[in-house]
Amino acid sequence: MSETTFPIHESFVAPASRAEEAVSPRAAATAEAAPQFYLTHEHHPENGTLFGFWLYLMSDCLVFACLFAVYAVLGHNYAGGPTGAELFELPLVAANTSLLLLSSITYGFAMLEMQRDRLRMTLFWLAVTGLLGAGFIGIELHEFAHLVHEGAGPQRSAFLSSFFTLVGTHGLHVTFGIVWLVTLMVQSAKHGLIPENRRRLMCLSMFWHFLDVVWIGVFTFVYLMGVLP
Amino acid sequence: MSVGGGVVAYPDGGGAGHGHGGAGGGHGDAHAAGAVHFTLRGYITGFVAAVILTAIPFSLVMGRPFGSSGITAAVILAFAAVQIVVHMVYFLHMSPKSEGGWNLLALLFTVMLVVIALSGSLWVMYHLNHNMMPESMQNMHNMP
Repeated sequence: MSETTFPIHESFVAPASRAEEAVSPRAAATAEAAPQFYLTHEHHPENGTLFGFWLYLMSDCLVFACLFAVYAVLGHNYAGGPTGAELFELPLVAANTSLLLLSSITYGFAMLEMQRDRLRMTLFWLAVTGLLGAGFIGIELHEFAHLVHEGAGPQRSAFLSSFFTLVGTHGLHVTFGIVWLVTLMVQSAKHGLIPENRRRLMCLSMFWHFLDVVWIGVFTFVYLMGVLP
Repeated sequence: MSVGGGVVAYPDGGGAGHGHGGAGGGHGDAHAAGAVHFTLRGYITGFVAAVILTAIPFSLVMGRPFGSSGITAAVILAFAAVQIVVHMVYFLHMSPKSEGGWNLLALLFTVMLVVIALSGSLWVMYHLNHNMMPESMQNMHNMP
């Protein structure tokens, strides 16, 4: 064994020698002279929670991709009912889009204040974000109520079923985001900007910005392209 | 478990033997917010770009400077793609280095699945009504 002088890549870990080392720390000391087949320092991910949450967002992305695919396939099956061009009100959509975009930047401000350890300003920007999100949900509910009142509910045609499912799922995400945001505001107010709360706020930040990314797809693909003749 | 300390309890990690053990140990919480340091400049840049990239598609559809719907649709889809990248970089702080590259890898894999799901569904089912050949166009009009 002593003749082997290959440069061993550090990521190659011999499981046997590692288990040995875990049993008796003395093996680690003797291994200093011999070629090393195991890591002396574990390569921890920088932040396991954030990466895990990112994976959740990616799976959520697949949910939305499927709903987008359904809308792409069924979006022109009007069943003799109203079309997108007849139903969608672009000024309302533009207002919704700007509310969500503004809420993204205000959440960014909250994160900047969190970095500077300023609890009150963090809470202030979180509250602004929550209000903008609530405004978004309010406009969306108003739009849905208007559509249903006009007889263009989800049961009218395949186009409207897929429309309500896609936009409604996004709206539900935003709603639960607001619930989460209020929860974190209460926790931060109670316990301060402790590491746990910072981690949670980081996760919510990713969630919130991710919903804005999905909304880009919604307003482009559903509303703007739906209005085009 | 500390956030920034990177103390992740792997079952086979042998915490005691590696000097990383101990709940709440690690490298301090000064950078507990994560490896990326957010800047006001980054957020403002992203926001301004996003506003521009949102306003142009809306004006293209509301004002209709292009006669063809196809061209308009292609242009606003291109704007959406650029805006998604802007949001990813400036708001979601994506970079090839975040989480040691695993974030980007997961993203690329997801993008691949999304492209397959979307293009495959459209390819197979976009002309479904036509391919299934209803008896008449009138029937097709009345389909759900």
